[in-house]
Amino acid sequence: MAERTPWSLSGALRGMFSKRLIDQDTWDDLETALITGDFGIDVTDEIVADLRAKVARYNTTDPKDLQRMLRETLEERFSKLDSTLKLTERPAVVLVVGVNGVGKTTTIGKFAKFLRNYDRSVVVGAADTFRAAAVEQVATWAERAGAHIVRPQHEGQDPASVAYQTIEYAQKNGIEIVIIDTAGRLQTKGGLMDELTKIRRVIEKQAPVSEVLLVLDATTGQNGLAQAEAFIQHAGVTGLVLTKLDGSAKAGFVLAVQEKTGIPIKLIGQGEGINDLTGFTPHVFVQNLIG
Amino acid sequence: MATFGNLSDRLADTFRNLRTKGKLSPADVDGTVREIRRALLDADVALDVVKDFTGKVRERALGDEVNKALNPAQQVVQIVNEELIAILGGEARRINFAKKPPTIIMLAGLQGAGKTTLAGKLAKWLAKDNHTPLLVAADLQRPNAVQQLQVVGGQAGVAVYAPEPGNGVGNPVKVARDSIKWAIDKQYDVVIVDTAGRLGVDADMMKQAADIRKAVQPDEVLFVIDAMIGQDAVATAKAFQEGVDFTGVVLTKLDGDARGGAALSVASVTGRPIIFASTGESLDDFEPFYPDRMASRILDLGDILTLIEQAQGAFDEEEAAKVAEKFRTDTFTLEDFLGQMQQLRGAGSIKKMIGMLPGMGAMKEQLNNFDEREIVRTEAIIQSMTKAERQNPKLLNGSRRVRIARGSGMTVTDVNQLVQRFEQAAKMMKTVARGGVPNIPGMGPVPGAGFGGGRGKAQQPAKKKGSKSGNPAKRAVENAAIASGEKVGAGSGATADGSAAPKGSGFGLGGRAGLPEGAPSEQELETLQKFLRR
Repeated sequence: MAERTPWSLSGALRGMFSKRLIDQDTWDDLETALITGDFGIDVTDEIVADLRAKVARYNTTDPKDLQRMLRETLEERFSKLDSTLKLTERPAVVLVVGVNGVGKTTTIGKFAKFLRNYDRSVVVGAADTFRAAAVEQVATWAERAGAHIVRPQHEGQDPASVAYQTIEYAQKNGIEIVIIDTAGRLQTKGGLMDELTKIRRVIEKQAPVSEVLLVLDATTGQNGLAQAEAFIQHAGVTGLVLTKLDGSAKAGFVLAVQEKTGIPIKLIGQGEGINDLTGFTPHVFVQNLIG
Repeated sequence: MATFGNLSDRLADTFRNLRTKGKLSPADVDGTVREIRRALLDADVALDVVKDFTGKVRERALGDEVNKALNPAQQVVQIVNEELIAILGGEARRINFAKKPPTIIMLAGLQGAGKTTLAGKLAKWLAKDNHTPLLVAADLQRPNAVQQLQVVGGQAGVAVYAPEPGNGVGNPVKVARDSIKWAIDKQYDVVIVDTAGRLGVDADMMKQAADIRKAVQPDEVLFVIDAMIGQDAVATAKAFQEGVDFTGVVLTKLDGDARGGAALSVASVTGRPIIFASTGESLDDFEPFYPDRMASRILDLGDILTLIEQAQGAFDEEEAAKVAEKFRTDTFTLEDFLGQMQQLRGAGSIKKMIGMLPGMGAMKEQLNNFDEREIVRTEAIIQSMTKAERQNPKLLNGSRRVRIARGSGMTVTDVNQLVQRFEQAAKMMKTVARGGVPNIPGMGPVPGAGFGGGRGKAQQPAKKKGSKSGNPAKRAVENAAIASGEKVGAGSGATADGSAAPKGSGFGLGGRAGLPEGAPSEQELETLQKFLRR
């Protein structure tokens, strides 16, 4: 049985920072830690080069300083973008998109609960009419969160029409926040991506879309960037949600995603419980990451 | 879409520099190995595996086999490819069926890896093979997973054993145990147990999986893993190996654009073979895993074998023979032309097919410019003709053309162009079919919907002395061969025209020297390219 490694690089970094002097091994270890954290080779090279320059400039040999600098560097890079959710419209429409199996439906359940905790009324539109039993799954979550749900009227209904009905329902019943679930789709499927564009277009006829959240799985590797770019292009993503951070994956790739696309991380999911969804705070995130 | 730089482009650059050298210095090798390292890391291969791998490649690349080779650069590619295939498991392995049925297959993996969908696919695949699979709903954790399995089972037309409603209710170990009795009673010969997704770090859930394993004593435990997974693949695979000890791996979501380096990591770290690959959302998108193809994919060498198979699948052999006959007897009509085009479309998106070809980096631009709808437009024009017109294009006078243009929403010029292209092509094909050498420039072997001016490779007249290989006729014949499902013989000597073969080299000796085994020969490639681009 694998030891329960916390979601962090600290294991990999501990050895490195407990040494007395910075030497070549330190750099190799740092590089290894970042690469295994899925930061990707380009970002890793950048960070290592940056830190090397800083270490040389401040003329330090203490790994403790390096640790502090690493934390600062990451924090600075993570906090460049504003991670607040903008839900001021009424109804505020949130479209949730992502590839298959990243945890969209679960995220919606948690997000609905998160909003209910602030006493906002929520309706969930089950527009994933494709996957078997997806509607039931989201309905179960909605029920647990205490949110309303709009189901498709028949199997295989056009997801855009479900979205339309959901917003109609919200407007009629004065519900504050609308969350639309969509079917998972791989970013390479042109037809499915166009469907997403259509859903967005149909929604916009009734109400402006406040947020389009792209759900990314923490275990994803460098493909995360390709996913983000495709979804931004087709659905106009405004924020990222990082899920499955309770596993052993470090999700370093989100740094590259955030920097290359300019879309901030807005929420993170850290477990299977309904309350395991929190806002993204760069400081806390990096603190957890570095230890 | 892949922003992280295209591996084949980068390696191609490195190799281009190497190609001019007859001998590799250690510095050259180091440079190449560095690129390979980056490439593998970009493909999400685990760092340890990369280190190990590049070490081996470096050693071999510095050895004698490379320096004695005709073309060291190609030799390096071959080494890389060979080593990849070796790690990925060499030969493809199949499922071990139990001597005494039922054969029990258990699925395990992370959440969202695609276990439930895979269960359906596997069941359908087995049912096609005259097995009688039973799906067992032992994922009682995720909301409505049981229901999902029932739906999937319905779609696949197989039985589902689901005594518990799920959503946290019921004991999965008991369900799994009971299912075996049930299967024996009802004489199902394969039992597929779908279990809940779990994180490698979740000790309780791992214990549950181990308990299910103990209870059912499966013949195969398949670890289902997402092709998109990153560096964490190793930790996860190790945790599952220690927790439940799987016997094989299934790679899902290979239809995305992830390179799937995880496959390499998992195979290398656990020593377990990858048995199946899942490549789409339909229950039929499921195939045995081919290590050599995966190696090419990780290296971005293109998936030529899959492409050939798809083309073969789409082209009906009989149909192709009929068409060839028509060419010969000069009775090829616009109607047949339409049929051909629709067949080609049946093979899937042309862009996708071209994308499977290796070294397409340079062609990306043209790829993007290629409008799939061009085919649809051509179809529309033909469909706007009367039957008589289709059979005898000579009927098409001015007013008929105007009518067709209106009917298809195109201009008369478009109609004219199509007819002209068709006539040229038919003429050429006739000559070819009779064994002559046509001299019509700019035409591919199968008459086609114009490819934006064409790439014009075939425009060079066949001038290579003595060698028949340079002539388009031969290629056309080979295209027909491909279309009729025959594999192009390596000896057929169609090294395409001068632009593809290295200058001055007879049969492309230099260029071909070290193409990776299993990868297609240049002839095959060239014919395919021609065939696609028409």
